Amino acid sequence: MTTFPIDKIRADFPILAEKIRNKPLVYLDNGASCQKPNAVIDSISHVYRHEYANIHRGVHTLSVRATDKFEAAREKVRGFINAANANEIIFVRGATEAINLIAQTYGKANIKAGDEIVITAMEHHSNIVPWQMLCEQTGAVLKVAPMNVKGELIYDDFVALLNNKTRLVAVTHMSNALGTINPVERIIAAAHARNIPVMLDGAQAIPHLAVDVQALDCDFYVFSGHKLYGPSGIGVMYGKQTLLEAMPPYQGGGDMIKTVSFEKSTYAGLPHKFEAGTPSIADVIGLGAAIDYINEIGMANIASYEAELLSYATEQAKQIKGLRIIGEAQDKGAILSFVLDKIHPHDIGTMLDSLGIAIRAGHHCAMPVMDFYGVPATARASFAMYNTRQEIDVLMQGITSLIEVFG
Amino acid sequence: MFEDLRELYQEVIFDHNRNPRNFRVMDDADRKVEGFNPLCGDRLTLYLKMDGEKIIDASFQGSGCAISTASVSLMTEIVKGKTETEADALFKTFHEMTTGKDEQINLEAVGKLAVLAGVREYPARVKCATLAWHTLDAALKNQHESISTE
Repeated sequence: MTTFPIDKIRADFPILAEKIRNKPLVYLDNGASCQKPNAVIDSISHVYRHEYANIHRGVHTLSVRATDKFEAAREKVRGFINAANANEIIFVRGATEAINLIAQTYGKANIKAGDEIVITAMEHHSNIVPWQMLCEQTGAVLKVAPMNVKGELIYDDFVALLNNKTRLVAVTHMSNALGTINPVERIIAAAHARNIPVMLDGAQAIPHLAVDVQALDCDFYVFSGHKLYGPSGIGVMYGKQTLLEAMPPYQGGGDMIKTVSFEKSTYAGLPHKFEAGTPSIADVIGLGAAIDYINEIGMANIASYEAELLSYATEQAKQIKGLRIIGEAQDKGAILSFVLDKIHPHDIGTMLDSLGIAIRAGHHCAMPVMDFYGVPATARASFAMYNTRQEIDVLMQGITSLIEVFG
Repeated sequence: MFEDLRELYQEVIFDHNRNPRNFRVMDDADRKVEGFNPLCGDRLTLYLKMDGEKIIDASFQGSGCAISTASVSLMTEIVKGKTETEADALFKTFHEMTTGKDEQINLEAVGKLAVLAGVREYPARVKCATLAWHTLDAALKNQHESISTE
């Protein structure tokens, strides 16, 4: 921890110098979206100033320059998650679009009436609703693997749900509402033993854990750029090449075709088959810059620094009377969800905001998780590599004071 | 420590949050409507007992933040004894007061409800204050389905 270059990192994120309600910003809403380093902001600005044109189209120099940068970003993403081939990296708007894409292409082609899809009790709405829509369209059935009161998947119950009707397992790598990190290696092993493909929702996990899709052997892995210190509006769907090749295209349009006539069109190969239309070019390049930035610091260093932050925050939170932590999994990422006796999370959120502290208050797009714990909402502090122990002290002091005010 | 919030969290609001008035199920209610704010998950059930045009009793159940609890608690107190037309007029004034469209609100007309005027400075919290009143509006229109702020 002493070697972690926290001062340099904080200086790299200009927004951290903002004052909120005349107080220094304490940004603890990273689970919703992360702030951006200069490297990302500058790269986007650089694209528009020097490198911008449409990609994969023109013969002119700028188009070639933009295309090279765009494809270089794809290669950076490939390296970051250690995919075998850059063709397996599909750019989409975010994790949500990636899951919808998989449901509406892979799902529609392979999942029929009576088939089953297995998710877990801790999923974000974006890994519930697209499957419910697919089930409505096909007559398939959604099965939900339960969790225990600590917010951990009950692994044996999950395995018991797998049978010869199961066509897909779609689980979160790390829960956004609880912080739980799922035992994805064991999940994948159990599913693959029955030849069931596995999709991992990596939206929360990607900024906190080193991800190696080949070592995991997952079939699909999805994440958003904006939670990885990159721009919003851009995300990634990784899929194994054999699966992607067999899948029908998602949207039709330019860039995804080989030939078009009024009688019949033929589709482009990977990755373009899934990338109809002009993508968010500068943002893809910005995501590449975010990955460069993270690699410079090192994912392992970030993970161990955040683990220390979480353990410090948990220790401090446990000393506050009337505070209950929601989500106490053994294996947990940098998220502290909590409730206070008789004080609604929205009041906590407004009170802390007046002290310059940004947290999330609400159901975190995980209403079933809230129902499980019998609360309408929770307050959530979620940490990133630029947060400090001092900020956690400010948070805890704020919580203690607001409890006093509410009496 | 929370000086900036004094306008929003007045003592009356803390009081109604700690001890909500008319917080009970009404078995013989003439009107019963559920209000839901899907953004925050707040839910309340509003009960009205009518005598012709007149609201003779009002009560509620549910859970929400201090602003929404105080708002519904104050509302059940103030609408008791009002006619439907008077309650509807109050709803409109309250809505104006909290959404800040009219700077010339006559705070006397809203009485104790004036303590909720502070939410107009907090756009993220306006719906906490108005959920109760939208639910009342539905009850006055004799709608029986749940209503939602979204």
